[in-house]
Amino acid sequence: MAAPTSTLPPGAIGHSLSRGRRIRNRLAESGMVLALLLAAVPLGAIVVVLFVKGFSLVTAVDWWTKPIPTNVASNALSSQAAQDAFGNTGAASTQSVVYGMQPAIVGTIMITGLAALMAIPLGVAAAVYLNEYGGSGRVASVIRFFTDVMTGVPSVVMGIFIYTIWVLNFGSSGRSAFAGGLALACLMLPVVVRSTEEMLRLVPDTLRQASAALGTPKWRTTMSVVIPAALPGITSGAMLAVARAAGETAPILFTVGIVTSTNWSIFGQNTTLSQQIYQNATQPGGESIAWAAALTLIVIVVVLTVSARFVTSKFSVRVDG
Amino acid sequence: MVDVTLRPLDPAELVGEPRAARADTMFRFAPMSAGFLVLVILVGIAVATTIKAWPAFRSEGLGYLFTDNWHPVSGDFGALAIIYGTIVVSVIALVVAVPISLGIALFITELATRRIRGAITTVMDVLAAVPSVVFGLWAFLTLRPHLKGIFNSIADGVSSVPVLNRVFGPSLSGQSFMTAGLIVGLMITPIITSILREVFQTVPTNDKNGALALGATRWEMIRGVVIPHSTGGIVGAVMLGLGRAMGETIAVALVIGASPQIVSNLFAQGEAMPSVIARNLNESDGTYRAALIGLGVVLFFVTILINMSARGLVRVANRRSRGAA
Repeated sequence: MAAPTSTLPPGAIGHSLSRGRRIRNRLAESGMVLALLLAAVPLGAIVVVLFVKGFSLVTAVDWWTKPIPTNVASNALSSQAAQDAFGNTGAASTQSVVYGMQPAIVGTIMITGLAALMAIPLGVAAAVYLNEYGGSGRVASVIRFFTDVMTGVPSVVMGIFIYTIWVLNFGSSGRSAFAGGLALACLMLPVVVRSTEEMLRLVPDTLRQASAALGTPKWRTTMSVVIPAALPGITSGAMLAVARAAGETAPILFTVGIVTSTNWSIFGQNTTLSQQIYQNATQPGGESIAWAAALTLIVIVVVLTVSARFVTSKFSVRVDG
Repeated sequence: MVDVTLRPLDPAELVGEPRAARADTMFRFAPMSAGFLVLVILVGIAVATTIKAWPAFRSEGLGYLFTDNWHPVSGDFGALAIIYGTIVVSVIALVVAVPISLGIALFITELATRRIRGAITTVMDVLAAVPSVVFGLWAFLTLRPHLKGIFNSIADGVSSVPVLNRVFGPSLSGQSFMTAGLIVGLMITPIITSILREVFQTVPTNDKNGALALGATRWEMIRGVVIPHSTGGIVGAVMLGLGRAMGETIAVALVIGASPQIVSNLFAQGEAMPSVIARNLNESDGTYRAALIGLGVVLFFVTILINMSARGLVRVANRRSRGAA
């Protein structure tokens, strides 16, 4: 499809072009490349800084097994300011501070997992309704439209929503991994619905008809033919939604509370990597913790994102099949 | 294609067993309620947050939106300066992100070979996957000190130019409307790019080849065919980007500076709706809490309106071009 355009490089017809047109064309093309660089360079810079500043803490065993240090600020204030600014993070670990992040790592996985448990089944079910039952009917169209709109609701609003209906009703004991999971589930739901629906749409109708011709009830057709056929796509869409939710901070701030030792229960206050990054970014002496937490978070998110792409490319439904 | 003669059968016609039919009805009901859940949540957000914000709306009246007097200690909640900050940051973000996104989307659809296209898409996916708080951390710790220097030398350079010296004034800390706008611009670039890409892909290949066959350069083809064909979609994509920019919370909270003020200096510290909520909601109560939740209500309705019109535009644009193709 792109073949005709690519066989006409500007150089091939360049001799007959006026100089002005040729220059304008070149300028436009360079502009596009420049735009790409403007987006890619900061991304590269972020990745490099994360590895340089976070690597030594993240590769230590303490980081994954120990509670979050509470003496960072006092330690930083009592030590030389110069060391804080120029000394590397490795040197800082020789002090009495034990840099651990287990509570936030556990919290992030738990809260995101809870959100996934709530949002993915509901989202897939809603997508089944939209594609298998609702079709192009009016009700389904309205739901589809508002699902799109809901993807644009800011995450901080979801946080406020759960804060008003959950935390304000249950007081400080309302802040928990569960409440955080609720907020993230609200964020994930529309994303899961839309991506799943796209995947269900790719399942050829002939499969449904073949199943129906065997006398299979519609619900069984859906469960044992349509969903399995679309499963790779559904999985990758869900993983992308999970990855996005894992990095959210705003909804977590109001709903989860904060702790420094690991809380394995879905009730009671908890903490996440994103929250620790936010807290430590502005706390004296917290910089190295913030960088290392950011590196940990980004590794989790990128692994999810990349494996989602892998799942799509490896097992995707053949549309022409 | 043989399958045109088949029609989707209602399985109940074939099975005729009451149990199976009942199972079918039940199974129909469960997905349907899941579908309605989206509407329920949206209505729930609107109702629950408005109720909790009501004390602030009632005590402040219209002054809540139209006065510039935000003093939690004395109980004054006029959010105009905070709304102003959100608008300024969003506009800067769009000014940064829209040209870049247009460039990248055109590069992907019109210039890139298949392999490069894959690589760029991966870069964009990763950029979209970087959490807001990581952008914020980078902007706060790494970028801000550099930006402070750059801002101040710009301010020095234009200090005697009439209008510019009011817009580009000195920067105290590197935290500013501009810092927030730049970082948000970077963050919304992948979203706008992916929508623009979809929009550009609906331009019929025949039209593009026609223009090239008539001797147009690639740029002339883009200007004469791709852009006119995509106007609605472009506007929609920009509006979706605007909705995202307005809701950006944590990165903005770290770099905007937490001082609600209406000033023309883009390098001065400011405040935005999501970030004032993020910073203060946990430690607030009474009318202050209601006022903060109220900002969430305003944010919710504004982003819903923006998203509704944007989605409408993108949908109409895509449908029209699909019909034409």
